[in-house]
Amino acid sequence: MSKPFVMLVDDEAEFIDTTTKRLEKRDLKVLTAYSGKDALEKVSSNRNLEVMILDVKMPGMDGLEVLQEMKKKYPLIEVIMLTGHATIESAIEGMKAGAFDYLMKPCEMDQLVEKVQEAADKKRSQDEKIEKARMEKVMASRGLS
Amino acid sequence: MTERTEHLKEDSAGQAAPPIRKMSSEGQQTGRAYYGQLRRNIIITMITVSFTPMLLVIAILLFQFSTSYHEKTYAHLEEMVQKHKQNIDTFLSEKLANIRFLVASTNIETLTDKSFLQAKLQQLQEEYGDVFVDMGVVDETGKQLSYAGPYELHNVRYLEADWFKRAINRDFFISDVFMGLRGSPHFIITVRRQYEPSVFILRATIDFRAFNTLVENLRVGETGHAFILNKEGRFQTRPAVEEARWQNSYDYFVDRMEDSKRSVEIIERPDGSGAEHLYAIAELKGGDWLLIFKQETGDAFEDISRVFRISGIIFLLGGSGIVMTVIALTRRMVRRIMKADKEKEKLNQQMIEAGKLASVGELAAGIAHEINNPVAIMVEEAGWIEDLLEEEEFAESENLSEFQRALRQIGTQGRRCKEITHKLLSFARKTDTTVKDVQLNDLIREIVDLSAQMARYNKVTITTEFQPDLPYVTLSPAEMQQVMLNLINNAIDAMGNSGGTIHIATKLSRLEKDHIVITVEDNGPGIPESNLSRIFDPFFTTKPVGKGTGLGLSICYGIVQKNGGNIDVHSTVGKGTRFRVWIPFQKPGNPGKQKYKPTRSQT
Repeated sequence: MSKPFVMLVDDEAEFIDTTTKRLEKRDLKVLTAYSGKDALEKVSSNRNLEVMILDVKMPGMDGLEVLQEMKKKYPLIEVIMLTGHATIESAIEGMKAGAFDYLMKPCEMDQLVEKVQEAADKKRSQDEKIEKARMEKVMASRGLS
Repeated sequence: MTERTEHLKEDSAGQAAPPIRKMSSEGQQTGRAYYGQLRRNIIITMITVSFTPMLLVIAILLFQFSTSYHEKTYAHLEEMVQKHKQNIDTFLSEKLANIRFLVASTNIETLTDKSFLQAKLQQLQEEYGDVFVDMGVVDETGKQLSYAGPYELHNVRYLEADWFKRAINRDFFISDVFMGLRGSPHFIITVRRQYEPSVFILRATIDFRAFNTLVENLRVGETGHAFILNKEGRFQTRPAVEEARWQNSYDYFVDRMEDSKRSVEIIERPDGSGAEHLYAIAELKGGDWLLIFKQETGDAFEDISRVFRISGIIFLLGGSGIVMTVIALTRRMVRRIMKADKEKEKLNQQMIEAGKLASVGELAAGIAHEINNPVAIMVEEAGWIEDLLEEEEFAESENLSEFQRALRQIGTQGRRCKEITHKLLSFARKTDTTVKDVQLNDLIREIVDLSAQMARYNKVTITTEFQPDLPYVTLSPAEMQQVMLNLINNAIDAMGNSGGTIHIATKLSRLEKDHIVITVEDNGPGIPESNLSRIFDPFFTTKPVGKGTGLGLSICYGIVQKNGGNIDVHSTVGKGTRFRVWIPFQKPGNPGKQKYKPTRSQT
């Protein structure tokens, strides 16, 4: 099974840089964005993105807004919310809005990787189902014609 | 008054906004002046309001009373004088009729017979007492032809006498009172009879004293008496001694009566002595005489002045009663207002204190959050180094294990930081009053964990004893956290530096149906009996100034009551204190209750 394709979104550049290095060391393909807007732009040019790790508290467009936008445009891409304790309510709200899960900062690398893997697996199984459904549809149409 | 209190409220609110803690003596003085003014205003308003209608009513009533009493007195006087006037007129006309009858029924020869006159006089005296003194027959030359009576007046000549000059020209005549030959006051009645060719007059003397009794009997009150004046203003009856001297002043009545058309005239004017008198005057004897009734005004209207005096006394007594009551009431009221203001000020202070605490809390939350991010980065960096150390080139480094240990330490300490900041954040959050289903055991455990640090500083051990599987309660977790935190902090504070044990237990209550009871028990110094009853009062604190707000337990009380629960306290000095909090759980019908009922019956 190939390693998941992940996007890391946070306004803290230092955090992103180190985390990116650590994720890449664990053979994940990592894309980074330093703001919500940046992230949405980058998603549009990377359609094979599987999981987004999204910080809730960001200046400008905050995590929740990005999540809502993502679910509207790319409902199949899984989102993991990353939060400080003060914004746990928004994380819960995020879960309600369709986030895959949330993690509290600072988080254990192993835990993060595990969550990402789960999210990616979910995404892949969904993709598979969709593919299968599509195939069936095509086959059915052929069978009919 | 409402306006004043409104103003007061604004004022104190205005004072409260700036730092009221530093209320200088100057400020207190202006405050005192303000309350003084407030008191004065209230007193003035209340007195004005209560006295104005009272005065008006008294004035109107007294005026009405005095007017009607005057009218009554006047009417009474008029009636009385009228009656006496008739009496006297009747008296005179009766006497005259006697003489006229005598003259008409007897011829002149018989009349001049002295023995006949004597007999007639005796007859009249028997009939009327001593009214008739004597009788005589006088011819037109004024010579008394015959006489019957006690004086030696036979053959006396009256030609020059004043009465004779007038009597000879009239059929009958009643004279004024005069001294005459006998030297004592009397008046006479004459009847003229013509016996051709000459004219005779029968004269009869009326005893003055007998006549005098007619008016002497007319006495009212202490000073009311009557007398008779003739047209010259001379007394026809015996006057009071002093009145004889002021005879001139009675001319006024003669003039007045001549102008008047009424039969009885009532006048108020001062007499010779200057004192105000009430006079009732009636004409007698066809206008020749005046019957005058005289009474001191004060005497006549004594009832009025008595009523005035009594109402004056009542007014003074009642008025001073009102004034004293008003002053006492106002004092009490202003004192209450002062007290209320002070309490409000205190409350305001506490509000500011609470506000400060809240902002400190928010600040702490902000700081905690800001620290969280750098700590996260640090932990990440350490993790990254750890990752790198796994590469082969470092595997042989002699300090590898040391590096790894240091990095693990960084990770551990980072996690510790995280824990601290998370706890800080969870308590700095605004008190959320949204109601949720809460498992009390979990909630309390959380609080105990949080308080453990502080407890350790104070050498306090916290032990817990939770009954498992307690039913869920419906309340605001943030509020319940506050209650528990307050109770635990109170216990820790109570034990001071000496340390001790706090035991926290939860279980289903045996005393209260459908309640969970939480017990917080310490083995501190305990609370004296005298403080125990006030312990839930707001602002009651035994802590030094600035250390406690005195709000903690009252807030607990408020929250517990609000959630339908109860709180109580037991304390033994030297042994410790136990707080118990009862919280109701789901009402019957809810699965929670049914689920836990069997558990309850077992306990």
